[in-house]
Amino acid sequence: MALSQQEILAGLAEIVNEVAGIPASDVQMDKSFTDDLDVDSLSMVEVVVAAEEKFGVRIPDDDVKNLKTVGDAVTYIEKAGVTA
Amino acid sequence: MGLLTGKRLLITGVLTEASIAFDTARLAQDEGAQVVLSSYGRVRRLTERIAGRLPQPAPVIELDVTNVDDLAALPERVGEHLDGLDGVVHAIAFAPEAALGGNFLNTGWDDVATAFHVSAYSLKALTTAALPMMPDGGSVVGLDFDATVAWPLYDWMGVAKAALESCSRYLARDLGKQNVRVNLVSAGPIRTMAAKGIPGFEGLAAIWETRAPLAWDVADAEPAARAIVALLSDWFPKTTGEIVHVDGGVHAMGS
Ligand SMILES: NC(=O)c1ccc[n+]([C@@H]2O[C@H](COP(=O)([O-])OP(=O)(O)OC[C@H]3O[C@@H](n4cnc5c(N)ncnc54)[C@H](O)[C@@H]3O)[C@@H](O)[C@H]2O)c1
Repeated sequence: MALSQQEILAGLAEIVNEVAGIPASDVQMDKSFTDDLDVDSLSMVEVVVAAEEKFGVRIPDDDVKNLKTVGDAVTYIEKAGVTA
Repeated sequence: MGLLTGKRLLITGVLTEASIAFDTARLAQDEGAQVVLSSYGRVRRLTERIAGRLPQPAPVIELDVTNVDDLAALPERVGEHLDGLDGVVHAIAFAPEAALGGNFLNTGWDDVATAFHVSAYSLKALTTAALPMMPDGGSVVGLDFDATVAWPLYDWMGVAKAALESCSRYLARDLGKQNVRVNLVSAGPIRTMAAKGIPGFEGLAAIWETRAPLAWDVADAEPAARAIVALLSDWFPKTTGEIVHVDGGVHAMGS
């Protein structure tokens, strides 16, 4: 069964918390990784690598550029067709 | 039998899958080598995640190449995984923002010193730290970007690479009697994290599009990695102090 947006968001929040130490509750759909959450480029790389592993998706570099907000990432992962 | 069967290697500089060191570790394992990786500080966890994407899992030891304690602990830390070393890959470079990107005439010594320490002196520091693990000799390979000319925006990183080139020749001089070979691979531009930190990277990549006799792909680190593997192998037994160009031939062209 495909994961819901809520489930992806929760998984992503856990990763952002682990990588950048940001409280998981701050990781909301409308938040920008760089501007709101202070995730720098190196941490963003780690978030992507961890998300690839957790959700079994591939997120190429060219696409990472377009993932500005948490919502962008959730939608991307959802579209990439994650099943659990 | 692989090119590196039985070889025990320490490979620094794996950060992402794009890292030149990642392709090197991957090919080295495919060719039969046992590989230990190193990383440091906050990026270590990322290296550990990426290590999981190698053909075989590789341990990651802590090594900030500017930290004397880490360097002193190298034999012990590597020793937990390997009983000696036959090769070491130096894939490390860093320059502060102020040392890159067109501010050449105004960069202060502190920033230049950092670039030199991490990117040039570290070849000596890493090699001598690993030396006790290579009693029967070995091969050290570092990564260069052609430092015989001045490039747009590469600035003090370029000067540090010139120091790296010289450093490898002096190491070759002093370590020959211990049968340790020291060589560099001078690679063309590859889109890695380090490269993204260079403001003029796309400009450098564009030079390769027009000047390289052999088609160059900035997304492919494997050509450089193959040369590193070759230098780590027994197929360059009398080569030291050398710079092998893996740049599509750009270094040999006038324009
Ligand atoms: N990418 C290119 O276009 C290119 C071209 C020619 C040569 N090179 C050289 O290749 C080598 C590897 O770089 P890359 O392009 O694969 O990029 P990369 O960003 O993947 O690797 C650079 C590595 O340096 C490490 N590092 C930085 N400071 C360190 C320190 N104090 N202690 C230990 N490690 C440290 C980082 O952790 C990282 O793993 C560098 O020497 C670079 O100058 C790169």
